[in-house]
Amino acid sequence: MGLLSDPNRRKALTGLLTRLNTPICIVCYLAGIVWFMGLAFEPFTLRTYMSENAMGSTMVEERFSSGERALSLAKEFDAHKRQARGMPVEWLVKAMQSRGLEVFTQSFSRKLPFPDENKERYMVRGTNVYGILRAPRAPRTEALVITAPCSPGNTNNQAVALLLALAQYFRNQIYWAKDIIFLVNEHDLIGTQAWLEGYHHTNITGMEYSPLQGRAGSIQAALSLELSSDVITSLDLVLEGLNGQLPNLDLANLFYAFCQKLGVLCTIQGKLQRNDWDTAEGYTHAAQTMMLMVLKQACGRSWGDHGLFLRYHIEAASVRGINSFRHYKTDATTIGRLLEGMVRKLNNLLERLHQSYFFYLLPSLSRFVSIGYYMPAFGLLAVILLLRVSFPGLCHCFSVSLQPSSPGVLTVLTPVVISHLTGVALYLLPVHLQEMAVEHFPVSETEAVVLTAIAIYTAGLALPHNTQRLLSGEGTEQGWKVLKLTALLYLAVLLGCTALINFSLGFILAVTLVPITASITPHMPKALYAVVMVLLSPAFTILYCVFIYQELIEAPVSVSEGWMLFLSVISQGILDHALYGSLVYPLLALFIYPCWLMFWNILFWN
Amino acid sequence: LDSRLPLVIFLHALTPAAARDEFQEELVIRPLHSGDIYASFQFRTLWDTDFLQEGQKVSHYRLFPKSLGQVLSKFSVRELHISFSQGFWRTMQWGQPFIPSPPGAELWVWFHDTVSDVDGNWKELTNVLSGIFCASLNFIDLTNTVQPSASFKPLGLGNATDHRFLRYATLPREIVCTENLTPWKKLLPCGSKAGLAVLMKSEKLFHSSFHSQAVHIRPICQDEQCSSKAWELRQTLNVVFDLHTSGQGKKEWSLFKMFSRTLTEACPLASSSKVYVDITDNPELFELSPATPLLGQAVVLGDRRTYSVYDLSRAETFGQLRSFNLLLRDMLRPLLHAERYVAGFGLQTGEIHTVIYNNHPYRAFPVLLMDSVPWYLQLYIHTLTVTSKSRDNKPSYIHYQPAKDRHRPHLLEMLIQLPPHSMTEVTVQFERALLKWTEYTPDPNHGFYVGSSVVSALVPSMVAMRTNFTQDQPLFSSFVPVKEESSYFVRVYTEPLLVNLPTPDFSMPYNVICLTCTVVAVGYGSFYNLLTRTFQVDEPSPPLSKRLANLIRRIRGVPLLT
Repeated sequence: MGLLSDPNRRKALTGLLTRLNTPICIVCYLAGIVWFMGLAFEPFTLRTYMSENAMGSTMVEERFSSGERALSLAKEFDAHKRQARGMPVEWLVKAMQSRGLEVFTQSFSRKLPFPDENKERYMVRGTNVYGILRAPRAPRTEALVITAPCSPGNTNNQAVALLLALAQYFRNQIYWAKDIIFLVNEHDLIGTQAWLEGYHHTNITGMEYSPLQGRAGSIQAALSLELSSDVITSLDLVLEGLNGQLPNLDLANLFYAFCQKLGVLCTIQGKLQRNDWDTAEGYTHAAQTMMLMVLKQACGRSWGDHGLFLRYHIEAASVRGINSFRHYKTDATTIGRLLEGMVRKLNNLLERLHQSYFFYLLPSLSRFVSIGYYMPAFGLLAVILLLRVSFPGLCHCFSVSLQPSSPGVLTVLTPVVISHLTGVALYLLPVHLQEMAVEHFPVSETEAVVLTAIAIYTAGLALPHNTQRLLSGEGTEQGWKVLKLTALLYLAVLLGCTALINFSLGFILAVTLVPITASITPHMPKALYAVVMVLLSPAFTILYCVFIYQELIEAPVSVSEGWMLFLSVISQGILDHALYGSLVYPLLALFIYPCWLMFWNILFWN
Repeated sequence: LDSRLPLVIFLHALTPAAARDEFQEELVIRPLHSGDIYASFQFRTLWDTDFLQEGQKVSHYRLFPKSLGQVLSKFSVRELHISFSQGFWRTMQWGQPFIPSPPGAELWVWFHDTVSDVDGNWKELTNVLSGIFCASLNFIDLTNTVQPSASFKPLGLGNATDHRFLRYATLPREIVCTENLTPWKKLLPCGSKAGLAVLMKSEKLFHSSFHSQAVHIRPICQDEQCSSKAWELRQTLNVVFDLHTSGQGKKEWSLFKMFSRTLTEACPLASSSKVYVDITDNPELFELSPATPLLGQAVVLGDRRTYSVYDLSRAETFGQLRSFNLLLRDMLRPLLHAERYVAGFGLQTGEIHTVIYNNHPYRAFPVLLMDSVPWYLQLYIHTLTVTSKSRDNKPSYIHYQPAKDRHRPHLLEMLIQLPPHSMTEVTVQFERALLKWTEYTPDPNHGFYVGSSVVSALVPSMVAMRTNFTQDQPLFSSFVPVKEESSYFVRVYTEPLLVNLPTPDFSMPYNVICLTCTVVAVGYGSFYNLLTRTFQVDEPSPPLSKRLANLIRRIRGVPLLT
């Protein structure tokens, strides 16, 4: 650090940074993007390996053989489900009891803040049924969970049936060291949330549920099973959980190892692995898989029942059976064996899964990018914000802003406060104003919420700079510089914190927000830059993500369909926040959007 | 001939005293409502001596194991209870056990009130017992030992109430296996060579849902008038066999299927040797082979039960108990039941919930709840709440001894009145302490154990209990002395807890984080320095000639050069 303390060299360095500020920023930005895209290139990634010793070296022999019985059970379950017009609670209780489990039920009810049009539900009332297989000579301190959602219609019958068949088989084995909980939850994530909150006796989302009667100590790991056909062509592993949390990589490794052992085709993000990494197609394939993971992680929602377990420090993943038109089919017995093997290895665990990575991206199931490799991509983008702070015009006003008596404080404070108040309005009003909106406009509640949100978002564009002008008169040259300095540091801190928790979200926001925020001044052609700024605002980022996501899952949509999807994504985001405590919506509304408004303010500084 | 005379006299003098030593063995088999089979062995050795009297030295052992006798006299032990259990007794499925025990190891000892250094004696005693039973009892130290004020009263003679002479400790992590069973079997007069102990084949005993073995030593009266005292050693072994797993779905059992042994003879040293089969719940659909004419009734745990009795000391008994079918009836809910769990998420705080159920339809009764929590869960005792039927239930007695970091655990004892047919919830919040890095166990991510809490109660009985003291009572119904007709004593243990503490990642990334933090700190320090320091342009220092010239000029008093 002598380099920085030495005034001469320091002067030279600051001189260099000031003179070449813009080129350095551009280089950093491009380097960040290139680094990120390079992550999917196979030679730059690491091969996955089992870190956990207890799961790696132990041999497990799979003997589950009642796949056929599971399929006939699925038909029986389906019949009872139709008869009960929902979850056949009594039948499930009897079925589990007859398999020697301790069976308990939990009823729950939840009124959604507004109707969920995707899943067509508003007042949700349901029951979870779970059976506990008590491990012999174990003191009820540890447990594993296998869950299967009881979905409406024809879906997931096979999953529930396979769960029961596994329960029957597991009950007759003597090697269990941990209790095993078999959970059939109704109303997918809402049921899981109610069960988890009941199990841990917390209430973070205002759910109403009856207390649980049976428990089995601290849950070590959970597997969620989704299976809707008698035979499958491949198994898909879903890892992305609430707020972008991921389970320990060893869980993915375990799944991959058993797929290899039993010869089951396995996919991640619905994409098979390719071996031709050195061709353009191979690279594109890996990049697409990784981009899908980034997009899914960034949106912060739980992509399967497993996602809600992660909050409770329970490593969990969903296994989803996919039946496409390939010739190669896998039967229920093999899936049962795969699950048996996984559960038995998890049963062998001496400690919680902790050896492997918690922060990673997967370009394929056998390769991973660890946090040490992907963080530089974000760092290169974030450093631009810090470089702009040292921009010559900005440097001098730093000392000004430190003096409390200077007018700079008020000029900065007004737009900051107003931006944040707009953010608070965006966070609170859509849900609370829905009744009023429904009364005055011919829209449904869901539309009312989303359209209110968009209206407040748009109104925010007009509000801050006008009010600010009214309050403190003409803005000075120094005023916007102080504001920009504050806003840059604020954005840097925001993005930095976000990227630490949810890299994907931080990175996507950085990609769109950094270029415009770094270059904005009031002296630019206002109309042109206003358009560019709006096009790079958080809302449009979501819109682009919707289109890219549709493109990546090979279901491209037209503009109008995309718009409808965009609306539903917003309503889902608000619902996820209310139902499961997802933090993406409050983050965007309360912090990112106000921060962006501050830059918008600078553009219209007078 | 003359030389043999003193020996004869000596033998003659010894015989009357020695003849009062006694050994009884007993096996109770009870089909449980869940379809499992509960087998409970009890062996009682009576030792007619009172070595606690001054000046009496004991060197003769007949039936009583010498290793334990020496321990008793050396450490002035008044009462000793030790149990090793693998598994958790499922009260809701199995009802009450004859003698309850928590998962892991439990040891509680009353010392004689002449002992001056109780803690020293306790420490030595645990180490000695550790050797005798091949168990990790040497891990008992002051950090997990408590002195309960009310929950553990002496079960034998004497009404010691000063809990300074009581020590109680549990090791919830202790794993019980064959190496603990072998020394336990060696304490029996016949070993595992004859009598009921023949059935104890460890391969089968540990192929079960629950296994518990215990040793209880206490002084008791020899007769009703209590004119002479004796030491009683009770060895108990409780096993629950899971017929679902081993019987391929068939509800049939035989001694051979359970133990892969049959009985051939009673222990020749035993004064009584009996097998009881509980037939209360299924009087008609019973097919015991061989059938027995003997039926017995016993009142145990507030319930009158009927038993088929096989007396092994009679020759015609022998044969095999074979194949009998069971009728499953709806379970009579146990009157008292308790469970415990940790609520909340995250690694900073949490809440311990203890739920106690009183399933009696119309009687309220008080229970003593005892909780011993290690110091690294820092209890916030002001958050202690007791609620029954969603109303505040104020305990009538609270004894709380706060923990001292690294020295002693929390001890919380409460007397709570349980309303009839109710669920009472006791909650207390805690914060998880950050341990020093050497204090973590080798498997820190497994979590840390908190021992079972103990609920002791006098539960109202459905039938009149017998209070008179008779020798011919079966052993399983005579362990806890019954003081009144209308209630019986029950102790219920909750499950132990496994709590995760904030744990550093003891691996390469941990080092990387440390290193990165150092680098960041150094970098940040210099940046901060640069940002906050005010820099001034410094004049280059004048050359030496100029300074010399200025010095001369200052002396001369002429203006200085610039």
